[in-house]
Amino acid sequence: MENRRLVVAREDEQDDRMKTFIFKGEGHTLGNALRTLILKNPDVIFCGYTIPHPSENKLHLRIETKEMSAVDALREGLEQLQSLSDHVLETFETAVSDFKSKQMEV
Amino acid sequence: MSKSKIKYSSSKQFIEESRNELVLTEFEVLNAEATNFPGNHYGYDDTWTLEKFKKKLKINIIRIDNLEMEFDIIGVDPAVPNAFRRILLSDIPTMAFDRVFMFNNTSIIQDEVLAHRLGLIPLKADPRLFEFRREGDEEGTPEDTLEFELKVKCSWNPSRTKDHTNPEDLYRDFRVLTSHMKWIPLGGQKDLLNSDAVGPVYDDILIAKMRPGHELDIKLHALKGTGRDHAKFSPVATAFYRLLPQVKLLREVEGEAAERLQKCFSPGVIDLVDAPSGGGKKIAKVNDARYDICSRNVFRHEDLKEDTVKLTRARDHFIFYIESTGALPPEVLFVEAAKILSQKCRVFLDELKSGL
Repeated sequence: MENRRLVVAREDEQDDRMKTFIFKGEGHTLGNALRTLILKNPDVIFCGYTIPHPSENKLHLRIETKEMSAVDALREGLEQLQSLSDHVLETFETAVSDFKSKQMEV
Repeated sequence: MSKSKIKYSSSKQFIEESRNELVLTEFEVLNAEATNFPGNHYGYDDTWTLEKFKKKLKINIIRIDNLEMEFDIIGVDPAVPNAFRRILLSDIPTMAFDRVFMFNNTSIIQDEVLAHRLGLIPLKADPRLFEFRREGDEEGTPEDTLEFELKVKCSWNPSRTKDHTNPEDLYRDFRVLTSHMKWIPLGGQKDLLNSDAVGPVYDDILIAKMRPGHELDIKLHALKGTGRDHAKFSPVATAFYRLLPQVKLLREVEGEAAERLQKCFSPGVIDLVDAPSGGGKKIAKVNDARYDICSRNVFRHEDLKEDTVKLTRARDHFIFYIESTGALPPEVLFVEAAKILSQKCRVFLDELKSGL
């Protein structure tokens, strides 16, 4: 458990549809991007994040859903963010190589 | 927005505008917050799918120089370019001087100030070839350390005369520059790294000034680190983005008013062209709003502030700038940023896989 970077806050919370996750060593970079994508899920009622204290390197992300479990919503969000950044990377690299080959012609 | 407003015939247009544009008015910016989430707007499908994203995303490169680049990212939520910007500033590793061994410093600059100055010198060395130094390791290995030596002694110039007053003529090596630094390859580094590819980005950075008798004898260790730990490790001078400005003229503006209108915007935004009606009159025409600074100066003129111009910014069109410090070219930095964001997600997905 010591080395885990993702844990659930308030383990006593029984309902699978509402959970607060704690990301250790993350901040607004992941928090805001993830929150935006999870909110795009129509099954999600609430998603928000906070950094409870500026000198603690921790991110709290809360998800509340209608039907699916909060963990599934989180997984979906992470998968989407990963595929998003992979696609941005791909598009960027094509754009750069196109730009450079055009420059060579000139 | 209250529900009663939806009854208006222009509500569709109103929603469309609030989803696509930020409106700059005299005293406030409208539609600043994003509302494009499922359930917010009837008739819009705001769920995120990769297929839809692939169709929407466009990246246009505007320019790439050795140290700077400008490009457009179109069709993303603000959180995405912001994540890339934050990663560029603080999560991409570079090499910087982190350990300074001072054997001798008789110059007037104090040890700790000198060490700090040395740390801030941008180094060209591909950080991807190195590893982070393990905590507690003071020696370092060829895999995680670049060693440099700075040995400079200032002396009188033997060919000086009594008439000389210029330090250039009086002293030798009175300016300590980055060009005085000598790279000392460790282990197999000599074969792995090209000596041109290792060293300070600029040869003429002034480190200290000395006078005859002053001497520096320093050994330096450059380590890999991230901007999160110290700004000297940040690979960019800055990285930022802004939304694409849009200027729309709502009526014809001519003559003196047109000239005033032109002066309200950055150069090149408004053009004065011959009026179609002739008679040598000039009318204002929007040329290119891209480089407008969105000053809103136009609202200072009573006759121009109402129903003359509409100032907006495209909500999903980001003009992204990267200014590298020289360790890696800007286009490589963005690629690294995208990889890091992907990597962050993978770490937590793996943890989810192993159960919470």
